[in-house]
Amino acid sequence: MAKHDTPMLDELEKGPWPSFVTDMKRQAETHPECWDILGQLELSYEDRITHWKHGGIVGVFGYGGGIVGRYSDVPDRFPGVEHFHTVRVNQPAGLYYSTENLRALMDLWDKYGSGMTNMHGSTGDMILLGTRTENLEPLFWDLTHDLGQDLGGSGSNLRTPSCCLGESRCEWACYDTQDICYALTMHYQDEIHRPAFPYKFKFKFSGCANDCVAAIARSDFAVIGTWKDDIQIDQAAVKEYVAGNYPANGGAHKDGDWGPFNLKKEVIDLCPTQCMWMEGDELKIDNSECNRCMHCINVMPRALRPGKEKGATICIGAKAPILDGAQFATMIIPFIEVSKDNEYENIIDVIERIWDWWMEVGKNRERVGETMQRVGLPTFLSVMEVEPIPQHVKEPRSNPYVFWKEEEVPGGFERDIVEFRKRHAA
Amino acid sequence: MGYDPNNPMEGRITDLGPHKYDTMMPPIIMENKGKWLYHEILEPGVLLHVSESGAECYTVRVGSPRLISIEHVREMCDIADAHCGGFLRFTTRNNAEFMVDSKEKCDALIADLKSRGNKFPIGGTGACVTNIVHTQGWVHCHTPATDASGPVKAVMDDLFEYFGSMKLPAQVRIALACCLNMCGAVHASDIALLGVHRKPPMIDNDRITGVCELPLAIAACPLGAIKPAKATNSQGEEVKSVKVNAERCMFCGNCYTMCPAMPLADPEGDGMAILVGGKVSNAKSAPKFSKLVVPFLPNNPPRWPEVTEVVRRIVEVYAKDARKYERIGEWAERIGWEKFFEKCDIPFTEKSIDDYRLAYDTWNTTAAFKYTSHTDPYTK
Repeated sequence: MAKHDTPMLDELEKGPWPSFVTDMKRQAETHPECWDILGQLELSYEDRITHWKHGGIVGVFGYGGGIVGRYSDVPDRFPGVEHFHTVRVNQPAGLYYSTENLRALMDLWDKYGSGMTNMHGSTGDMILLGTRTENLEPLFWDLTHDLGQDLGGSGSNLRTPSCCLGESRCEWACYDTQDICYALTMHYQDEIHRPAFPYKFKFKFSGCANDCVAAIARSDFAVIGTWKDDIQIDQAAVKEYVAGNYPANGGAHKDGDWGPFNLKKEVIDLCPTQCMWMEGDELKIDNSECNRCMHCINVMPRALRPGKEKGATICIGAKAPILDGAQFATMIIPFIEVSKDNEYENIIDVIERIWDWWMEVGKNRERVGETMQRVGLPTFLSVMEVEPIPQHVKEPRSNPYVFWKEEEVPGGFERDIVEFRKRHAA
Repeated sequence: MGYDPNNPMEGRITDLGPHKYDTMMPPIIMENKGKWLYHEILEPGVLLHVSESGAECYTVRVGSPRLISIEHVREMCDIADAHCGGFLRFTTRNNAEFMVDSKEKCDALIADLKSRGNKFPIGGTGACVTNIVHTQGWVHCHTPATDASGPVKAVMDDLFEYFGSMKLPAQVRIALACCLNMCGAVHASDIALLGVHRKPPMIDNDRITGVCELPLAIAACPLGAIKPAKATNSQGEEVKSVKVNAERCMFCGNCYTMCPAMPLADPEGDGMAILVGGKVSNAKSAPKFSKLVVPFLPNNPPRWPEVTEVVRRIVEVYAKDARKYERIGEWAERIGWEKFFEKCDIPFTEKSIDDYRLAYDTWNTTAAFKYTSHTDPYTK
C-alpha cells in the first residue's frame, strides 16, 4: 500500500493535543494499511462525506454480535481498508489492565488487524478497529484459546455491561460496581452474544449519584449507588475545611481565584434541599430532608461520607434521541441491597421481570424506555410489581384523564340504556 | 493448533466473558479496595487517594485521542512497566491513568510522561475541560454527518489550556456524536457537538429491491414521511419502492439505518449543531439534557474553525460569568436562556424552539422574563 498525500490531515499534526494522525503515520511503518485509512480519511476531508458503505453482516460462528462489519466504497484506491471490520472486546470491569494482558491484546491485533484501536468505545468495550473477514475466526480462536477472553455485544442484545471504578479507587462507591458488573456479565453471556431482544439493552453501574459512567443518561438499566441512613460527619475535619487547611472540592478548583472557602456559601446554600446548617462550629444535617445528591460530600470529602447502610437506586429506560427524543432513566426502585452474598439474585429478579415483559410487548427496535412511554408508567410499575409512590414522578399529573379500570368503579362499566331512558328522556 | 477453517466448530470456546477485574489491578488498588478514606487533586491531572490503612495511591491522568495505535498502547505499557508495576487503567472519558504508591514514584512518572513530547498531556481533573467523549466519524462509520477525531483534535487544541488547569467554575464535559444516533450519547453534556443532516434521503431504485425491506423502511420514519410507491429504475423497469415527503422529514437518518438504498449524507447538507447545558451527575441539580443553541455550522475540515470558535466563546463567557460549582446548564438556567444567548453572542433562531413531540414543555408560559437585546424591538 502506497503512502498518500494528506495535506489536510497533516494540519491535524499541529497543536498541543496528541494527534491521531501522527500516531497513525507511526503505525503505518509496520502496518501499511494505515496509509489507506489516512488516504480514505483525507478523501472524506476533501469530499466532506463518509466513504464507508452501509453495514455488512459479519461475525464469528455462534455469535450474533461483537463484530461490526464495514467496507470501503473506494476499495480500488484504498485496498488496505476494503474490509475494515470492528472487533469489540469485552473490557475488564473498571477499565484496569495488566500490561501483560494489554500487550497480548496488542500482539493479537498486530497479527490480525490494522494496528488501530479505540480505548474505549462508547459502551465500554475495547475496540479493535479494522480487519478483514477472513481474519475474524482465527482472531476469535486466539482471543479465546490464548488470551482466555471474549467479545462484547452489538446488535439487539445485552450490550457489554460497564461500571465506574467504584470501590477500587473511590471513597464514595456505595457498592462494589466492578463485582456486580463482572458477575452479571458472566451470568448473561448468552444474552450478550446471541441477540434475542427487541433492541439493545444496556446495564450500567455507578457507585454514587455523581454517576461517572452516565448510567442515568445512557443505560436501560441504571444501578446508582446510594445509602439509607445518615451522612457520616467528621466534625474535626469540618473545622479543618473552615480553617482553610483542607482544599475544598478535593482541590478541584485550585487554579481559580475564588477566595477562601466559605462553608455557608459553597455547601449550605447550594444544598438543593436546604437540609444543612451550622450550630456553633458543628455542621448539622437533617438527613430526613436529604436527597443524597452528593454535592456536600463532593465539596468536603474528608469531612463527609455516604452513610453506612449502602445499596442502590434502580432507574430504568434511558436512551439517546432516536426516535422520540432523548430519555433519562426513570427512578423505579428507590433502594435495593447490592450484595455479592446472594449473587445479586434480587437484582437479577428485577432485570428478568423487565425482560420477560419487554421481550413480549416491545416492538422491533424499541428501547425499553420507549416501551415504558408507550404503555405508560402506571402499567410499567404494575408489570414490575412495584407500588406507585410519589418518588416515581416529578409532580402529579395536571390532566384528569385517568384510565380507570372497570373493577375500580362500583357496578362496573356495563349499564342498560333502556333502563336509563326510563328515568331520563332523550 | 489454531483455527481450522475445515472444522470451524472443532475445539471452539465461547462465552468466556472478560478477565475478572481482580487479575487486572495493581497491588495498591487490590489492597485498599473499599477502604479509601478521601482523595485530593494535588495538581491538575494528579490525584492522591488515601486509604484508612494510611496507604497512598498517586494517580496521573493523561489525555489520549481515543483513536490510538497499538504502538501508542505499547508505549503506555512501557510507562506502566517502568513505574507502575505493570498496571494501568483508562477512564470513561478516554483518558489513561497511571497509578503508583509513593510521591517519589509519582514525580518520576510525571517526569517520564513529560519527556515524551505531547503524547501524554497531564490533566483532565477537577474544574477543567476534560477529554471529549466521541464517536467514529469518517474514520469508521457509515452514517456520520461529520468527522469525529478531527473536530475533537481541533477543539482540544483550542481549549488545551483548560485541560491542564482547574480554573473553570466547574467541570465542563464536552462530547461529540457524528450523527443523531448519538453513539456518543451527547444528550447530557455541558457542550455537545452533534453531526446533523439537512437533506432528505435519496432513493436508490436500482438497489432498493435487493437491500431493503420496504415495510421496515416505512415504519422507521417517526413522522410517517415515507410511503410505499412504484418507481422506475435505471433499466426502465418498474420496481416497488418508497417516496419521501420532504416537508415532513426531520433528517434523523433512521430510514438509512434500516434501508441502505436511502442515503442522506451530503457535503453541503451535513454539518454540526451545538447543544449546551446538559449534565449527568445528580449533584445540586437533577440530570439535564443538552439544549440546541446553534442549529448548524458547516463541515470545514481539517479544523472546523466555526465550531471551535463558538465552543471557545461559550467556555470563556461561562468561565467569566458563572459562580463556583455552577455547571453550564445551571448557569444558563440561573441567568435565563435569553441572557445566555445575549452574553454568548449567539443568534437566537426559530430552530432553537422545539416543534417536535412534547415541545410545549419548553415553551415559556410565564410573564416573568428578562429584557435583552432580543426584546429591543418591543422596548426601544
